[in-house]
Amino acid sequence: MAEPNVRARKAGADGEGHPSGDDRFELIDKALKRARFSQDQLIEILHVAQDVFGYLSPDLLVYIGRALKLPPSRVYGVATFYHLFTFEEPGDHSCTICTGTACFVKGADDIVLALSREHSVAAGQTTADGRFTLTTARCLGSCGLAPVAVIDGEVRGHLDAEAAVAAVAANLAASANGDDGAATEPEPERIAEPAGVAGEGN
Amino acid sequence: MSPRNGRPNVPVTIDGQDVKAFEGESILELARRVGVPIPTLCHLEGLSIHGGCRLCLVDTGDHKLKPACATEVTAELDVTTTNAEIREHRRRIVELLFAEGNHICAFCVSSGSCELQDLATEHHVDHIHYELGYERHDVDASHPKYVLDRDRCVLCTRCVRVCDEVEGAHVWDVAMRGNEARIVAGMDIPWGESSACTWCGKCVVVCPTGALSFKGRATGEMRHDPELVAFLARARDEGEWIDRRAEA
Repeated sequence: MAEPNVRARKAGADGEGHPSGDDRFELIDKALKRARFSQDQLIEILHVAQDVFGYLSPDLLVYIGRALKLPPSRVYGVATFYHLFTFEEPGDHSCTICTGTACFVKGADDIVLALSREHSVAAGQTTADGRFTLTTARCLGSCGLAPVAVIDGEVRGHLDAEAAVAAVAANLAASANGDDGAATEPEPERIAEPAGVAGEGN
Repeated sequence: MSPRNGRPNVPVTIDGQDVKAFEGESILELARRVGVPIPTLCHLEGLSIHGGCRLCLVDTGDHKLKPACATEVTAELDVTTTNAEIREHRRRIVELLFAEGNHICAFCVSSGSCELQDLATEHHVDHIHYELGYERHDVDASHPKYVLDRDRCVLCTRCVRVCDEVEGAHVWDVAMRGNEARIVAGMDIPWGESSACTWCGKCVVVCPTGALSFKGRATGEMRHDPELVAFLARARDEGEWIDRRAEA
């Protein structure tokens, strides 16, 4: 428990620490230093931020903008231009359905419809309980597997509506039964490792 | 825009007229210098080139039309600034701009001082053949002196550029993309809450439409003054303050 406090204080000492004292900002700071606070590294930093936090919150964008000494409107404009950046907290579980030409022909729309009915959520949105995010993608490049979807990071091919609903339900049930929750577990691990490296570097 | 040293020595043909261009001069600069009209919307003397509105498309004998503002002259270039194809393109561009915004002149603060309105008149746009796309955006009246009506914005980015390049505040930028694209202040905050805005009003005077206006103006009462930027650029870069009203 002591370690995060030390880091938080250190981050606060140089005047750039986040008021939340969130350790994850250490990873952002590391990426910023590696980029030598170069303004044209904005997109790379945004990628790191999204990897670490899962989405880009307004606070995070302000933090990055200040660190790079960029106008807030520029940071916001760049971030919102690219579809790869998201601005809402994703659910614990996700399903991205390909709606490209091949998948469309093979009935991807039925899968989207079935999942959005099953979980009462529109494509591109997260359920009210924050458990599940349903998104669509234009083409995942695996047209031979059409219709294809990525369920919690795993590519599933030759799906139909029933199989997709079942697969999502299985993942949701698995994390509901396990106390730790499959989606929340890897996060502390991922953060602990680079933060240690950052500490040595300074 | 920038001062040219020496004499123009690049031979160019523009609408059948043999002229000499400066090296590095854009087709638009040359055309304006020799008195050949080319319509523009996003271009504004004194600001960087945006090349977004595509109204200045000209035929250079290449396989595709080129934006005159962003295309440098080359020796022996043969430019056609207007023909039936180009006129049709321009008319459609103006129509599309009308279709995607709230450009009802009869209710617009800038009627009579609007470059989009002038372009529509010039290109005989009396019908919109496309589905109307507004209203999509909101109005930001949070600033004490100015109003931003995003549905009247044509995304020429003059305000973005003048705020960044002349005032240096960079309050504005374009957020989102495609149909959702819109001008935002800061981190998409109300304009009136922007700590960077100096209230200088340059974005308002350069706006080609009724998107940016002085607060409290009624229909047709807004008057823009985009030439202010050329005056400022000349004053800043050359140290020459030319009284624009005396000149006119």
